[in-house]
Amino acid sequence: MILRRLALTVPILLGTSTIVFLILRLVPGDPAASILGSNATEEAIIRVRAELGLDQPLWQQFVSWLGGVLRGDFGRDYITNQAITEELAARLPITIELAGIAFLLALATAIPLGVVGAVRNGGWADRVVRAVAVLSIAVPDFVFGILGILSFALALSLVPSSGYTPIEDGLLENLRSLAIPAIALSLGLGGVLARVTRSAMLDVLGSDYVRFAKASGFGTGAIVFRYALRNASIPIVTVIGLQVGYILGGTVVVEQLFSLPGLGQLIVEAMLARNYPVLQACILVFVVAFIFANLITDLLYAVLNPRLRKVGAA
Amino acid sequence: MTLEVDTSQVKVAAVERSRVSLRSTLASRVEVIVGGVLVLVAVLIAIIIPMIDPAASTAVGAAPSLVPPGLLNLLGTDQLGRDQLARVAVGYGISLTIAVGAVLLSVVVGGLLGLLAATATSAIDGLIMRILDVVMAFPALLLAIVVVALFGAGTEVLMLAIGITFVPIVARVTRAAALETTRQPYIEAAMARGARRGRVIFRHIAPNSLGPVVVQASILIAIAIMLEASLSFVGLGVQPPTPSLGLMLSTGRDFMVSDPWIVAVPAIAILEIVLGFTLIGDGLQTWLDPKKRAIAR
Repeated sequence: MILRRLALTVPILLGTSTIVFLILRLVPGDPAASILGSNATEEAIIRVRAELGLDQPLWQQFVSWLGGVLRGDFGRDYITNQAITEELAARLPITIELAGIAFLLALATAIPLGVVGAVRNGGWADRVVRAVAVLSIAVPDFVFGILGILSFALALSLVPSSGYTPIEDGLLENLRSLAIPAIALSLGLGGVLARVTRSAMLDVLGSDYVRFAKASGFGTGAIVFRYALRNASIPIVTVIGLQVGYILGGTVVVEQLFSLPGLGQLIVEAMLARNYPVLQACILVFVVAFIFANLITDLLYAVLNPRLRKVGAA
Repeated sequence: MTLEVDTSQVKVAAVERSRVSLRSTLASRVEVIVGGVLVLVAVLIAIIIPMIDPAASTAVGAAPSLVPPGLLNLLGTDQLGRDQLARVAVGYGISLTIAVGAVLLSVVVGGLLGLLAATATSAIDGLIMRILDVVMAFPALLLAIVVVALFGAGTEVLMLAIGITFVPIVARVTRAAALETTRQPYIEAAMARGARRGRVIFRHIAPNSLGPVVVQASILIAIAIMLEASLSFVGLGVQPPTPSLGLMLSTGRDFMVSDPWIVAVPAIAILEIVLGFTLIGDGLQTWLDPKKRAIAR
């Protein structure tokens, strides 16, 4: 099953990278002409086209681009003439830190809330959990971000209103600069996760073996944490895999709002400057991250549910 | 350890559960109604306010700038003296047009692909689903950015961009529902009677697989509104001077220290309409089929 799943990833990687490659070739306008500006001579354009390899057939360009990408070479930025790989290396850690904190935050709050909702099904605690979950799904990250700036940054001065403080300048300062962005980013995943945890736990808690465990005198805590949560984990993991995409997409907006110099901000800058090689590289990084997140999710199934390891069906 | 099971306890639990499920049915109905009212308010604002003064949303200097909410300008004016209520109204209109257009597009294309995948040979099914897997491998916002990069920003492009990201989701939901329907005895009966394949698919399978798609569609409208607002917020969506809720929020940031309501107005407006559609989708989901819980948001 694991081998089959790994094999499925290859065509998806190939398909997505083809699409990402074609973006640059399909956008209106000649890259060579846009590098040189409007006064460029015909010869200069032909020379730059040759330098960029644009005079080769499309499939050859694709092969050499893909070869470069596999060696970690994304080509050069049209505008700064810097190696794109270096730009990515400078920005990627910020996005990873932001997304990672948001992800852990969502997990750490949503799963306990979902469990409480299921154990207290129908009670006031359950109602509060469900209301909070729906609200956090309906609040777009940037709307929460702005309200967070207004309240926690401007009114209470607890955190800076924008900008990023590197870890070298102190872990506390670093975390303070990411606090509101990370909370904003975690809301969507958290809300969905709390609901799925709640309904998955409800299913498990209603099953015969849990009733039997109860009848045998096991306490609620033991049942919930030793048996039920593990059996409810498959739908939870599925949703996490799907929702990682929203966190990745969310970094684009949240980094823009808080002026965090990460990959998401680079995407917007590259789009607005029509800097397509950079855009291409950023999108490829995000897509590959998302594909691997889903791959890890699927592999986790096998860890969580030993039955899936033998039967070949996912 | 004894194996005596107290059956009275089990019966009580069953009664308890049916009471809870009745209560949750009522609760989901309330959710749909509250959501419906929120959406209706937004739709009415989008229709009525622009009729009163069609030019107000872009009329620069019609009033002093940064007027707080009051009698003359119910939601205040922005930094250029444009009436915020008029801008919210037009913004709602654009958000709704893009969101509904995008979802309709995805329901038509994704629905057809899903039906085809469910009823065709396994080779075609596999081919369709693998292609959709590739589309689904893009995080939604990034796929929308790719489409905007190709065609430039604008209302129709945003519709297309957001619609494309939803096609695989709708196709999967439709396919699952259609596969379920195909197993029903009445489909077998129709086939045995010699009905043509196309007729069975469109007269029997499609209508009976619609429920989950409708639920998904109302959730997708909420996501579409968020995506449109996000794209406009970072400058890749609706272009000025056309008002959009995301744009209002983005430009209002420069004034939010002195005039917080200038961002509060579009923030609450977005929240209101997204909450409306989320509640409708959520309520419908538990109401129509408590077994199928939200997987794709």
